Amino acid sequence: MNYIQITDLSKSYSDIQALKDLSMKINAGTLFGILGPNGAGKSTLIKILATLVEPDGGEVFVNNINLIKNPRKIRELIGYVAQDIALDKILTGRELLDFQSDLYHMNKKEKYERIKLLINQLEMNDWIDRKCGTYSGGMKRRIDLAAGLLHLPKVLILDEPTVGLDIESRNIIWHLLKDLKNDGMTIILSSHYLDEIDKLADSLVIIDDGKVIAQGTPAQLKNKLGGDRITLKVREFSTHEESKKISEILSSINGISQIIINKAQGYSINFVVDKEKDLLTKLKVELAFSKFEIFSLAQSQPSLDDVYLQATGKTLLDAEISMTGKRDLKKESKQSMR
Amino acid sequence: MELKQYNLFFLYQETVALTKRLFIQLKRRPSTLLAGILQPIIWLFLFGALFSKAPEGFLPGVDSYGNFLGAGLIVFTAFSGALNSGLPLMFDREFGFLNRLLVAPLASRLSIVLSSFFYITILSFVQSIVIMIVSFVLGYGWPDFYGLGIVFTTLILLVLFVTSISLCLAFVLPGHIELIALIFVINLPLLFASTALAPISFMPNWLGWLASLNPLTFAIEPIRIAYTQTMNLDVVALHAPYGDLTCKSCISILFSLTVFSLIIIRPLLNRKLN
Repeated sequence: MNYIQITDLSKSYSDIQALKDLSMKINAGTLFGILGPNGAGKSTLIKILATLVEPDGGEVFVNNINLIKNPRKIRELIGYVAQDIALDKILTGRELLDFQSDLYHMNKKEKYERIKLLINQLEMNDWIDRKCGTYSGGMKRRIDLAAGLLHLPKVLILDEPTVGLDIESRNIIWHLLKDLKNDGMTIILSSHYLDEIDKLADSLVIIDDGKVIAQGTPAQLKNKLGGDRITLKVREFSTHEESKKISEILSSINGISQIIINKAQGYSINFVVDKEKDLLTKLKVELAFSKFEIFSLAQSQPSLDDVYLQATGKTLLDAEISMTGKRDLKKESKQSMR
Repeated sequence: MELKQYNLFFLYQETVALTKRLFIQLKRRPSTLLAGILQPIIWLFLFGALFSKAPEGFLPGVDSYGNFLGAGLIVFTAFSGALNSGLPLMFDREFGFLNRLLVAPLASRLSIVLSSFFYITILSFVQSIVIMIVSFVLGYGWPDFYGLGIVFTTLILLVLFVTSISLCLAFVLPGHIELIALIFVINLPLLFASTALAPISFMPNWLGWLASLNPLTFAIEPIRIAYTQTMNLDVVALHAPYGDLTCKSCISILFSLTVFSLIIIRPLLNRKLN
């Protein structure tokens, strides 16, 4: 059952188009991953779902409620854990949760029980009565997550919740998310960590440049790529012409498909080989015949990164690197500030 | 601001929670409260001493300069506190804490503004009462019961007026640096261009005009009357270049300014909070 339906969503910040007619459907009781490099539009999408940003166009329905027309009703349904953790440094963790529960109009008994339960679930007993200003990154993230879960939301929206976290905190959060999903909560998790989405998500979208470039379950998306993924280099740094020639050789071999020249990695060539056939020997012969030597050849099971590579011609890491320095985070923060 | 929808109890619960948070911050970081009390007390001592040897009759209607200065410093204390009221909101905007409030299903986002009003009104009252007590100890007098009512009414109006402007600035300006800079620019010139430190008769004509149009003056003069004579709303409180104003007129002008400021900030708050 589609619990959340997003249709043709668009949003611009002055000259930057963050979302371009983006559409997706999210089923109830599933963990839905939003994967993409920094600057892809994930946070804008999340902020629209959290009713913090109004879209320029398109529609969002949560449980058949129009998000743009009835934001307050949507707020009752959702819990939001932001990318940048905003805690009041002066309050203790317990005071913050108490404050938050009043904003959600919980009664005394209800809030006492929920706070107690979440303190135990997120293993916060030892430090919950310390001021938030003294917390480590992991502690801050856990208290922030607890605040988002206080009112038992139907939908939990998390924007990159494990960025910069220690392994212990990450495991606690992953474990909790699995439990919540098993209890029937719909979880939307944005991340640029492939393993996180691969391990946790029932289904996902990959977003690039404000558009959905792939959608499905992790297994479906990987299976679409067919067999194993090969990364081939004939020199450490090839030229485009050289890689193009090799690409032509490869395309003549039956059983090799989805050939991509990866410019960001020294014009290496990525392709998929049919599982059923032993093509590598044939490949070596064909290359030798054309006077190419293999500098390196790596074979791997298809990953979500390969799905991204297939759709965009670059790896997620390369996309992250290419964005470095291009984004004015201060300006973006000011633009999204109320 | 979703006025039709909000449930009064939920609005009360939210407003109490938001106000409580501000008071916890104040309790754990009392420097703002202490600075707001110490500064006017220092002024009271220094300015009181500066003109302590002034000849009798130097200022009409008062025994000493301290007696004259008290009303100005009470108003200045409330004014400074209210002018700074936008800062916590600005920090919440900048550090993302405001988003925590905005994603919550608040019965009305009016509670964010109301909590700031309650907090700053109580804070300004506490500061002003301390200044009044110090003035009394220094022998600068104490208003009668009716006069006390006028003092507090005037202070409430002034605090509401200035707080609404400060909250408005907290949403309009890009960051706390700009807000602090503006507060810095506004604060002292408004004090000096009022009748807090000297009567209009001491001022050059242009400054007299400025002082008699300054909202601080409309708050100072009724309080000064409450301090220097038996309170009577019909007594002339301000000899302005454009004519004499009674206590009642001063308070009415202040009331009108407050209502006007609340009306003009509402669309902005609606736009920013909805």
